[in-house]
Amino acid sequence: MTTVGDLAQAPPAFSTEGLSCYYGEKPAFLDVDLEVATGEITALIGPSGCGKTSFLNTLNRLTDLIAGCRVEGRIRLFGRDLHGLDVNPVELRRQVGMIFQRPSPFPLSIRRNLELPLREHGVKDRQERESRLEQALREVGLWREVKDRLSAPALDLSGGQQQRLCIARALVLRPEVILFDEPCSALDPLSSGVVEDLIASFRGRYTVVIVTHNLAQARRIADTTAFFWMVDGVGRLIEHAKTEILFQNPRNPLTRSYVDGARG
Amino acid sequence: MNGANLYASGFGRTRGDVLLSGAVYAAVAAVVGLSGWLLYDLLSHGLGPLSMTFLTAEVEASGRAGGIAPILLSTLLILTVCLLSAVPLGLASAIWLSEYADLSRGLGRAVHHSLDVLAGVPSIVFGLFGNAFFCVYLGLGFSILSGGLTLACMVLPIFIREAEEGLRAVPQSYRLSAAALGFSQTRTLFSILLPAALPGILVGLVLGVGRALAETAALIFTSGYVTRTPESLLDSGRSLSIHIYDLSMNVPGGEANAYASALVLVALLVVINTTASWASARFGLVRRAI
Repeated sequence: MTTVGDLAQAPPAFSTEGLSCYYGEKPAFLDVDLEVATGEITALIGPSGCGKTSFLNTLNRLTDLIAGCRVEGRIRLFGRDLHGLDVNPVELRRQVGMIFQRPSPFPLSIRRNLELPLREHGVKDRQERESRLEQALREVGLWREVKDRLSAPALDLSGGQQQRLCIARALVLRPEVILFDEPCSALDPLSSGVVEDLIASFRGRYTVVIVTHNLAQARRIADTTAFFWMVDGVGRLIEHAKTEILFQNPRNPLTRSYVDGARG
Repeated sequence: MNGANLYASGFGRTRGDVLLSGAVYAAVAAVVGLSGWLLYDLLSHGLGPLSMTFLTAEVEASGRAGGIAPILLSTLLILTVCLLSAVPLGLASAIWLSEYADLSRGLGRAVHHSLDVLAGVPSIVFGLFGNAFFCVYLGLGFSILSGGLTLACMVLPIFIREAEEGLRAVPQSYRLSAAALGFSQTRTLFSILLPAALPGILVGLVLGVGRALAETAALIFTSGYVTRTPESLLDSGRSLSIHIYDLSMNVPGGEANAYASALVLVALLVVINTTASWASARFGLVRRAI
């Protein structure tokens, strides 16, 4: 695997060392060393089944929820060991938000969707909740569309709006990192574009890790791109580089054939 | 119903198709006709003796005359005892089964199997168990309490399985999203899972209540069949279904009041059903396709 030395000056948001993830005895990916630079957009690309989503799930320890899933190796978030004894998964997941492939608003009103996380994280002041709710909805460009119907069911929104609501739901908690698992692949092209622009606008304000099957999307929005590939049936990180380098002049021939569309 | 309909005129029709349609319609007619006839029979015989006094008067002449006030009271008390004990226990078990247990092995599997078996056990067996355990061993005697608790044992397997299915039907994405937002298990359960599963839970409740209201065998052994007004939960009392049974089998000339009581029982079921669907619409979460 190839690493890029001069990626980031600031301390990385995430750094993994020898990270592996197993479902039962079967490894999903093995031995991944990856640094995610703070404030940048990092795209994870590669064919299905090569461990990208599993890797993403280790970053907020959602893997804890999956029966039979085991994680080995080390993950640091801003230098702190994610599996350390002092790490509270609840606080970790406030700090690291996650957006799934299918929009998954709760079957509640738009307002309740945003209020529940705030209540859960102890924001007791109603005014504060209201202002954070508005701020998050403005940030995802949804405020004007929904401000007059906050009590309407969230599931009445269109697919693209639902996905932006889910992003707003993560934003109300003021995360530092947001993980996206193919956030556009269940959306129509138009909504997909809106969500993609939104993610691109996060550069510099949030650290973003995005799994995508859309190479053009990775190329458009990502600062650096990490390429995963199956080696002997197990996911491996093949190459991680600045996006234009990975696409135009990759070091690894596997990467070249994948980004050229010859493989995968 | 959405989309293509097998019976739409766009389909070509063969002689076999016509026969099939005929058979399907005949079956429907039989089912509708049967329930219609039952209802007609019930209304035509039962409406006559039914009146406000019938609901509020004491039982007289073994039920041939008078009303069913004490019976109604006993029935409601037995039902209340049954629900108050079955619902919390059942909900907790359903939550355990769907959210905590591993059903492929160990305790989870054992509990699942026992519930399936229990759901099929004839009510008379529950009656004998209730008599031996609540009436005799716990010393509660023939009482509303014994009857209600025995019914709870009977209702539990059905209620638990329905509530569990309801919880299982909640999309996994809600659980993952909640976890990804740092929700605690308690918050996820009470704010998301239980409201989303409410329709299924209420179906279980209605099925359970239906079984409880219809029950005679289990209650004869546990709550007794005296027709007096119960003064406490430790008094014995006669439920509506036992009253109907007794009037039609053992009391010559009791048919008219048996019909009227049966009508009350059916009305009670309708009220409970309606309340449940209302609650489901009012408090449940709306699920709509994306």
